[in-house]
Amino acid sequence: MTGTQPAPAVLVLEDGTAARGRAYGARGTTLGEIVFSTGMTGYQETLTDPSYHRQIVVMTAPHIGNTGVNDEDPESGKIWVSGWVVRDPARRVSSWRSSRTLDEELAAQGVVGISDVDTRFLTRHLRELGVMRAGIFSGDDLLDASGRELPVADLVERVRQAPLMAGADLAREVSTTTAYTVEPQGEWAGKEPVATVVAVDLGIKAMTPARLAERGVRVHVLPQSSTFEDVVAALPAEGAVGVFFSNGPGDPAAATHEVELLRRVLDAGIPFFGICFGNQLLGRALGYGTYKLGYGHRGINQPVLDRTTGKVEVTAHNHGFAVDAPVDAVSTAPYDAERTDDVRYGRVVVAHVGLNDQVVEGLTCLDIPAFSVQYHPEAAAGPHDSAYLFDRFVELMSTRTPVRVPAGAFTEPAVTASKEN
Amino acid sequence: MPRRTDIRSVLVIGSGPIVIGQAAEFDYSGTQACRVLKEEGLRVVLVNSNPATIMTDPEFADATYVEPITTEVLTSIIAKERPDALLPTLGGQTALNAAIALDEAGVLEKYDVELIGANIPAIQKGEDRQRFKDVVEKCGGESARSVIVHTVEEAVAAAEDLGYPMVVRPSFTMGGLGSGFAYDETDLRRIVGQGLHYSPTTEVLLEESILGWKEYELELMRDKNDNVVVVCSIENVDPVGVHTGDSVTVAPAMTLTDREYQKLRDIGIAVIREVGVDTGGCNIQFAVNPDTGRIIVIEMNPRVSRSSALASKATGFPIAKIAAKLAVGYTLDEIPNDITQVTPASFEPTLDYVVVKVPRFAFEKFPAADDTLTTTMKSVGEAMALGRNFTEALGKALRSIDKAGVQFHWDGQPVAGAELDELLETIRRPTEKRMVGVQQALRAGATIEQVFEATGIDPWFLDQIQLMNEVAAEVADAGTLTEDVLRRAKRHGLSDAQVARLRGMGPTGEQSVREIRHALGIRPVFKTVDTCAAEFAAKTPYHYSSYDSETEVAPREREAVIILGSGPNRIGQGIEFDYSCVHATLTLAEKYETVMVNCNPETVSTDYDTSDRLYFEPLTFEDVLEVYQAELAAGPVKGIIVQLGGQTPLSLAKRLQEAGLPVLGTSPDAIDAAEDRGLFGEVLVEAGLPAPAFGTARSLGQAVDVADRIGYPVLVRPSYVLGGRGMEIVYDREQLTTYVERALADAAASSGSTTLAAPLLIDRFLDDAIEIDVDALYDGQDLFLGGVMEHIEEAGIHSGDSACVLPPVSLSEAEIERIRRSTEAIARGVGVRGLLNVQYALVSDVLYVLEANPRASRTVPFVSKATGVSLAKAAARVMVGESIADLRAEGVLPEHDGGTIDLGAPLAVKEAVLPFKRFRTADGHVVDTVLGPEMRSTGEVMGFDADFPRAFAKSQAAAFGGLPTSGRVFVSVADRDKRSVVFPVKRLADLGFEILATAGTAQVFVRNGIPATVVRKFSQGRGADGEPTIVDLITDGEVDLVVNSPSGQGARADGYEIRAATTAADKPIVTTVDQLAAAVQGIEAILAGPFTVASLQEHTEATRARLEAAARA
Repeated sequence: MTGTQPAPAVLVLEDGTAARGRAYGARGTTLGEIVFSTGMTGYQETLTDPSYHRQIVVMTAPHIGNTGVNDEDPESGKIWVSGWVVRDPARRVSSWRSSRTLDEELAAQGVVGISDVDTRFLTRHLRELGVMRAGIFSGDDLLDASGRELPVADLVERVRQAPLMAGADLAREVSTTTAYTVEPQGEWAGKEPVATVVAVDLGIKAMTPARLAERGVRVHVLPQSSTFEDVVAALPAEGAVGVFFSNGPGDPAAATHEVELLRRVLDAGIPFFGICFGNQLLGRALGYGTYKLGYGHRGINQPVLDRTTGKVEVTAHNHGFAVDAPVDAVSTAPYDAERTDDVRYGRVVVAHVGLNDQVVEGLTCLDIPAFSVQYHPEAAAGPHDSAYLFDRFVELMSTRTPVRVPAGAFTEPAVTASKEN
Repeated sequence: MPRRTDIRSVLVIGSGPIVIGQAAEFDYSGTQACRVLKEEGLRVVLVNSNPATIMTDPEFADATYVEPITTEVLTSIIAKERPDALLPTLGGQTALNAAIALDEAGVLEKYDVELIGANIPAIQKGEDRQRFKDVVEKCGGESARSVIVHTVEEAVAAAEDLGYPMVVRPSFTMGGLGSGFAYDETDLRRIVGQGLHYSPTTEVLLEESILGWKEYELELMRDKNDNVVVVCSIENVDPVGVHTGDSVTVAPAMTLTDREYQKLRDIGIAVIREVGVDTGGCNIQFAVNPDTGRIIVIEMNPRVSRSSALASKATGFPIAKIAAKLAVGYTLDEIPNDITQVTPASFEPTLDYVVVKVPRFAFEKFPAADDTLTTTMKSVGEAMALGRNFTEALGKALRSIDKAGVQFHWDGQPVAGAELDELLETIRRPTEKRMVGVQQALRAGATIEQVFEATGIDPWFLDQIQLMNEVAAEVADAGTLTEDVLRRAKRHGLSDAQVARLRGMGPTGEQSVREIRHALGIRPVFKTVDTCAAEFAAKTPYHYSSYDSETEVAPREREAVIILGSGPNRIGQGIEFDYSCVHATLTLAEKYETVMVNCNPETVSTDYDTSDRLYFEPLTFEDVLEVYQAELAAGPVKGIIVQLGGQTPLSLAKRLQEAGLPVLGTSPDAIDAAEDRGLFGEVLVEAGLPAPAFGTARSLGQAVDVADRIGYPVLVRPSYVLGGRGMEIVYDREQLTTYVERALADAAASSGSTTLAAPLLIDRFLDDAIEIDVDALYDGQDLFLGGVMEHIEEAGIHSGDSACVLPPVSLSEAEIERIRRSTEAIARGVGVRGLLNVQYALVSDVLYVLEANPRASRTVPFVSKATGVSLAKAAARVMVGESIADLRAEGVLPEHDGGTIDLGAPLAVKEAVLPFKRFRTADGHVVDTVLGPEMRSTGEVMGFDADFPRAFAKSQAAAFGGLPTSGRVFVSVADRDKRSVVFPVKRLADLGFEILATAGTAQVFVRNGIPATVVRKFSQGRGADGEPTIVDLITDGEVDLVVNSPSGQGARADGYEIRAATTAADKPIVTTVDQLAAAVQGIEAILAGPFTVASLQEHTEATRARLEAAARA
């Protein structure tokens, strides 16, 4: 019966590390940046999260696929991960909502995966050495013309030719090409919206507009390429309005178009909320730097302190880049390193901080109506602890008053950060 | 915010004796709590009646009271110690109930003691069924439809609406005591009747059946800033209907999508907030309909529970420790995660492995008991295993159980046809054998749908079991054991022994498989439990094995000592052995790197804080060998300690030695010498010590010859057992024949053999002997007599079930000296290096040696607590080569020993706690409660006071409700006992008790001038005018004390009914004359005034002062 097991597959990393396993999903070749995610639930949401575009994801939870695939849980129209690494794929699905197996779904969408590898070893390796490029090879792609398996050195060579994530401008590759609207839902269905938001899709997850819509917000989702004029045109002249920047893949330093758009939004005094990539873009718009983390934060168990309340929330993370801003002090947004007298955006605090490693997990402007978080309050997958942030956004839109942060939550006096990166 | 500064001292209440539903996990949680509170600089006052616990070691608290956990005693302790706060959430339901009682009695208010970690309204909201339903509704959850009733008639009326089957749950009981499923009105009346009795509020809840739904648990923690984290999710493989303590459980949950999991999480968090658990942990159980996903909240426990101990071990997140910190004012984000040291505790652990827990049962000890698993917990212990996938963890967990018949097997031909249909029928009823039944049914070709229909076990789990069957078939069918086949087998949890058996490789097959495996380079690697799936580096070496690619064992320079623990708790091998292992690691850590190997999640030994390194592994030869080799690769290994963990590690000694492992302490050959009757007999002859006449037999003919030669009654048992398993007193040839035929049938069933693999031991049974237990230490030169215990019951009752007293109350100095010389002769003759336990029987001035065990015994912790000397620590030091003289010089051992206890010393009485109430026959009756040579107690308590009557009375108060001081005593004894009961019964009558007796016994009393009322025997039935029988009176609570000794081999029905009714009515029962005499003394002591309390530290101080005074004099 050994013969009935799936064909071999090989995972290679750009540093030459190789792991043999079994083909899972589609057969062929895939290349990307290899990262690990520590969520024990929510593989369907992970697979369909556009922020994973061009990434090969190692799932640290060993059993993947147990609940199969259903049509309700995807966060976008397709699987975005470029490769999928698991230890023990389910042979049988158990869920009253499941309609097909994950193996079938991966194969149908052409996603190359590998199973039966030591995922913990890979995780430790990436933790120590940082994320890097990798490739998965299976089926005919693993063989040379005479049917022999290709030497690992050849595979490593192919991986090293793949593009790097740093400097990659990817949001446009995952964004919707046409605008669409999500109307208020649930108890708000059919009612006049409490606010209207333009959500710029940089890789938006379906749950994000849903979370706003269930609070009575009408959400116009616009493509990444939208201009400030497009944004303004979509917002009603009267009533509460706001702009939202979603999560998304790639290096924020490469997103010049989005940063310029955001600056015009802020200049216009329109309330703003950003998530993940949106947080990094707010950081850059304010004049702070961004940088690539060694191995990122990907999981649904990350503790974040909200300094406005002093409470800790358990949050969903998926980010490889972070904002470089003073964590413990009130700082003045530097805006432009060349013109230190331009303080147009006023004071900024890191209102949300990651407790595991003190990484900036959210920026809150004290003088303009704008804030953002690096993590995922829409929480799909993940805990719902941070859903209050959508309420905070609705509040911000209706009052246009910057979020209040209690005195004493930060070290005084204020410092001015220098623009880096 | 740092910890509160207004609390300077804290009272911690433990959970008392080990009982089913409340076991070693509360020693683990209480020990953690005491450690934390002491580290915080608080004065810790601890109360726990259980001497076998680590928490009651004097160094874990500032004042340790081994006293009964009663309101009266606790009040005395509070009045004396005046603690600022009481922490009641770490001692199980016992501690929580004790706190409620203290609150209701106004004691907390009177002495200004603040309850921390819980508040009374929260406890009541969590445990009061109706209020909890309201909470759930408010939190957006659903409860099963239900009705609260206070009488049986209300229950019958409610059934019309809810329909059968329905669940019956009494309020405020632990471990699901008294609950069950009612399938019809007869069931309902019986279960509700019992439930009303067990509920302290005379209240039971009836609810719609959710039988067969998927069952989940979440472990949550909340701090005073309202931060909440979910530490762990647990999925029960056995669906709703089997108590979670009796289910095979898995962490994390395996068959939930994120949306469903988050729904459970949201409800759980809302519930902990609404109930108002301010700081600390709670456990919430859910049922999920497998077809629709409808979620029902079953219940919550607003305290640390068995599941939280499991969750702590499963995740590396120490719930009890954190709960203690939260209780004194810290918040989760202020507490570092021990394992990473750099991240805070305000997160949710994520697992990159699978944890499986399997319960261990003891139905073989209660043959009459119904072994159906229900919502009342019946298991006595559990084993946990970790693997990188479910199959690996399940395979390891099943072999960790260390019991024949619980592992998957592929012997013989799979069943077929009608037999398969029958098997599918059998597995509908949940029992301890069901998991193997499921595996066999799948092996025989039953579809997953069929098995799911029969059992309700989720198809994903069934498929995993089927996967193990497929892998087994590959092993069996492979031409040769190739690397691929063998690696896959190991990856899915098959042991070397299973592989060998699959391939028909014979008795040495396991060794051959291992050689092949090692030659192919297939070795387990050791991964780390790190709370974070490797996202951050782990600083704590808490390892488990897996067949994967990368190992994480760090090299070390210090020499290591490996200590084997005792595996799952069972009757006869419980927390006492964990106690000895923990002591060894604590003392050896000074000079060695200590390495603990164990698989019991309840224990202190498997706390990652206890040893330098922890391997959570099965205690089988294969698994221990791999740990040893991994450690040998990491650095030098001094040796391995097998004699502290009980029979499980001891039974590995010989093979480990043969495999070249350095076994420390008493050599495996010496262990054999003590176990082997022939060899041991030679030792005794050499030393000139008498033993009861004995013989061994492997067949019926041999057995009959031996018994005829030595004379009846005889004591028969298999060799190599612990806890008197299978031991019986046999009075005649007929009974002997029955016994031997049963043993032969068992042998035939398990191995196909027509003779017994190990011989039966047949001893002359000594009637009317005083039994004496001795724990001693021997280093090859000197003997240290740890303690001499005199049994209160006569010989014939297993020493584990017998009450005993230390120092002995009726032995002379000369007799103790004889015991010392005999013990030393045995120790020398056997070749002991470490601990030795000897049992003697004193009959007509002859000291017979009953048996000797060259290992830590069950009584080591009791002796250590009673004498203030840590025998286990000293033993560990002797095992690594130190001498008793060295230890005396260092002050580890005192100059005097347990044979020379001065007259002013306090007396300690150990009393056993028996689980009869838990076990019912199929028709719902309590099983028989008579004591015998087979041990059946689950735990013990210690009564400690200045003299025997007071110490005995305390032991009874701690073990159960306590002795009555007035009311009615019913006496019915065997003819042989009639003469000896006259005197104690006379005393009871003088003390004002009304004496009831059956006609025969009453006649004896009346003629001796004792007024006695005649009552009808059970067998007589009610009288013409409805006069009740004694059983009716007992059942109605009309009798306060029952004295009933079994009447030899005659008709025992009356005796059984009396004992069963007494147990069901929760009244004290005395089954031997010696016990009665002790009880009378105890009653007199209680009448003389309330208990006085003293801490172990005070006792030690008093002893020191006394000895100094004596030295000066």
